[in-house]
Parts: sequence; C-alpha cells; structure tokens
Amino acid sequence: MSPEAAAAVADAHRREWAFVLSAAVRVTRDIDLAEECVQDAYARALTAWSAQGVPASPGAWLTTVARNRALDLLRRDATMRRSLPLLLEDQVEPGPDEAPAARAGDDRLRLIFTCCHPAMALQAQVALTLRLLCGLTTAEVARAFLVSEPTMAARLTRAKKKIAAARIPYRVPPPEALPGRIDAVLTVVHLLFTTGHTAPAGESVVRRDLVERSLDLARMLRALLPDDADAAGLLALILLTDARAATRVAGDGRLLTLDEQDRTRWDRPAIAEGVALVREALRRRPPGRFALMAAIAAVHSEAPTWDDTDWREVLALYDLLVCVWPSPVVALNRAVALGFVHGPARGLRELDSLAGEPQLAGYGYLAASRADFLRRLGRTAEARTAYEEALLLTENAAERRFLAERLRGLRP
Amino acid sequence: MAKYLVLIYEDEASYAAATQEDHDRVYKEHVVFAEHNGPKLLGGDALHPTGTATSIRKDSSGEFLVTDGAFVETKEAICGYYLIDAADLDEAIAVAKQVPAPYGGVEVRPVQIFD
Repeated sequence: MSPEAAAAVADAHRREWAFVLSAAVRVTRDIDLAEECVQDAYARALTAWSAQGVPASPGAWLTTVARNRALDLLRRDATMRRSLPLLLEDQVEPGPDEAPAARAGDDRLRLIFTCCHPAMALQAQVALTLRLLCGLTTAEVARAFLVSEPTMAARLTRAKKKIAAARIPYRVPPPEALPGRIDAVLTVVHLLFTTGHTAPAGESVVRRDLVERSLDLARMLRALLPDDADAAGLLALILLTDARAATRVAGDGRLLTLDEQDRTRWDRPAIAEGVALVREALRRRPPGRFALMAAIAAVHSEAPTWDDTDWREVLALYDLLVCVWPSPVVALNRAVALGFVHGPARGLRELDSLAGEPQLAGYGYLAASRADFLRRLGRTAEARTAYEEALLLTENAAERRFLAERLRGLRP
Repeated sequence: MAKYLVLIYEDEASYAAATQEDHDRVYKEHVVFAEHNGPKLLGGDALHPTGTATSIRKDSSGEFLVTDGAFVETKEAICGYYLIDAADLDEAIAVAKQVPAPYGGVEVRPVQIFD
C-alpha cells in the first residue's frame, strides 16, 4: 500500500462518502447494503490505487465499484433482492439532457433529507448524518456524543429500521414542504457545530472533529441548495464563528472572552467568505435565524478592537432574531447586548426578567451573565454567588476554569 | 403502497365533559375527513371509552387473568382509529394531520406485511 494511495483514500473518504453512498443507495434501495458496498469499494481502492495509481476522479471510481458490487450481490442473491425493504424514491429518471452532476446532487440531497427526517428524534438524525453523510464509523459517532459504542449502534440500527419499516421516503421533498424540511437539515448541522464549538462536557472546549464535519456539511448544503438563503446563512455563521477558533483558548487551556482575544490572529479569509455570504443571506425578507446569527458574528469579526464593537447594531440584530426565533437563549443573549448598549444595570434587569424561563433553569450562561453584570456594577457579594451558581451548572473544564478565575478576581 | 394505522389518543375526561354540540361538531369533522380522504381509508371506527374495556393476560401459572379496564391506564387513551393506505410516511403523516382529535393527538404506526 503506497502512502499516496492511503492519503487519496482518506481524502476521498472525507470528500466523497455521501456522493458514493447516495449513488449506491439508488442501486440497492437499502441503506445497510449500500453501506456495505461502499465500505468494500474504499477497501478495494487502497489496493487498486497503490498498484495502478490514483484515478483522475476518485469519487467516480468509488461509485462505479460500489454500484457494481451492489449489482453483483443483488444478481447473485435473488432472495435478498426480494426481501429488501424498498426505500421509495421518485420514479422519474433524469432525461438525457440532464447533467449527471445534477443527478448526483439530487442523490446526495435525497440522502440528506432522509437522514434529517423530522419523524426521527433529533439525536438519531444527527447520528445518521455523521454515519451516512460524513462516513464516520459507529465508534466515531459514539465518541462524538460521549456514549458507548453499543448504545450508538443500537440508536443507528433503530433509526435505519424506522426508515425502512415506516417507509421514510428517499427523495427531495416537494416545493411546498421544502422550507420546513431544509430548516430541519440546517438544524442538525447547526447542532453538530455548536456541540463541537463548545463541547457540553469534557476537558477541551472545542471538538475540532465535529466542527470540521459541520463545516463540510454546511459547504455541501450551500453547493446543493445555491438559492437557499438559510443555507448561505448557516455556512456564514459557521465560518465566522470558527474564524475565531485559534484565539478562544489560551495556552493554559483557559477560555478567552471576545474582549481578550488577539484579533490579529482571526482567520481573515474565512471572515471575508462569511461576510459575503451574510450579505447574500440577509437579502431575503425577513432574514432567517442563521442569517441573523451570522450577521451578529460578522459585527464582532469586523470590529478592529473590543471597544470598537458596534453594540447598537448587535442589539438591533438581536431584536430581529428574537422575532423570528423567540427562544429564551436568544432573549438571554439580547439582554447581554442590551447591557453593553445601555449599561449593566439595564442588562441585569433584563436578565432577571428571564429568570422564570423553565428552559433557562439550570443553564449556566444565565448565571454567568448575571455574575458579569453584577461584577461590573461593583456588587461583589452578589457576583460571587452568581459565579458559584454558574460553576455548579457548567461541566466543560475550560469554561469552569474561566469562571473560577473570574471568581478569584473579585475584590474581597 | 403501504398500510398505516392511525391511532387516535384523546383525554377521555374532556370527552365526558363535552356538550352534545361538541360531540356533534367532532362527528361532523370526522365525516368531512372521511369525504376528503375516501380512497385512502381502508377502515376506521370510534371506540367506547376505556371504562367499557376488559383486559386479559396470562399469569405466571398460565391461568387467564380477566380484569376490568384498559391494558395500560393513561390520561390519553385510544378512542378510535383509521386504517389508511399511503405511499410512504410523508403521505401517511399528511393524512394523519387531518384526523380530528380535539382532545389529544394521533399516532401513526406502519402495518407489518408478511409475505
């Protein structure tokens, strides 16, 4: 096995898995069988590419091998063919004028909409997406969600069984259902990103693997849905937020807030790409939630220093965001922005009006934000209580170090 | 095509407290639903409340145990069902969304087919 071949296979695994699998499903009309054939194709690629060199189009090579393997298995085993729980799909075959690339895009979209079907639990949708679209092994998906491998295997099996038994269709939804279904897909990718960006538990604050997968998926969605403002918005949000990744954590693992970060080290090309996408996403009226969140991230990215932050602009964007997405977490962030525009006392009042929200009960960021306003108001004793509460509610080690340091920094 | 059972789960107490006009309205809604979805409906019935139910299971010695009441006591109980024909889950959900269930909701279950 040559190193070049191994690298090319790894690269094709990352880039082409969804493409190859979705093409194989078209032949097998069964997800498990298609997965088997695709795995087999990647295994063969290692030997074949070592011997004959890497083909010009690795994705096409893998697709042909996987499809041939599927056809071969189905021909040899007529009983298997009959017993396959058929996944449904549009019976319309593409016309001769239709470019193969368009059909490939459709195939991947079919797979995406099947993985993110709202009839499955969100957790199952995320797991299926990582397994089928990103090609992660069951063990890798299990690690991503900090559950045991048997637990994740059972979750994936159950989800795939439901797709087959309940006949979740393998197709791009009709136009009238499309906006809602696209939103479901974007929600899955966004959840993947937020889980990676600030890991709910564990030693490190960022899970690079999850962040990169979510970025790959957002790019794929943007390419497959070029006219969709929300897809543009989500890609922009991920690019702009992740552009600050290198400066979020200090050398000692301590979390750095926006005002402490070295802005010269932010990823400028990613910011430029994100800002251009935000402009496009904001053109839709009213703008969607991802476009608005991305626009807020863009305001921070474009401020040369923390003191230059245009908080009025941030607050105006949060005012819009609360309307399209009335979630208590958004209201909390809006209250923080309000505090920066109109002073900590006003921000604190707004935060306290959210204290009764059941969704925020046990949410560490509410206590942490209160603590910050109280600290700036010089109400040290109350700030101490609030930091202690936030520490009780936070499980991520880097975030805990940050809170503990702020707590120690309070004047006695 | 595939078959799905749409189970109607509703709060029996709310039904018991409803007026005759409420009952008439829900009945009419079911008639309208049936008219709209005629060819897809393979069957369907309203059930008497769980107070009329009898549950039967075998105990550890293999004796039948016949008891008064529903198999599982829940606030929302099955009070009716439709058996429908649909191409896939999306179509089944679209039909199920139209099933009147003012005091609860519905559950869609694919029917197993043995060849």
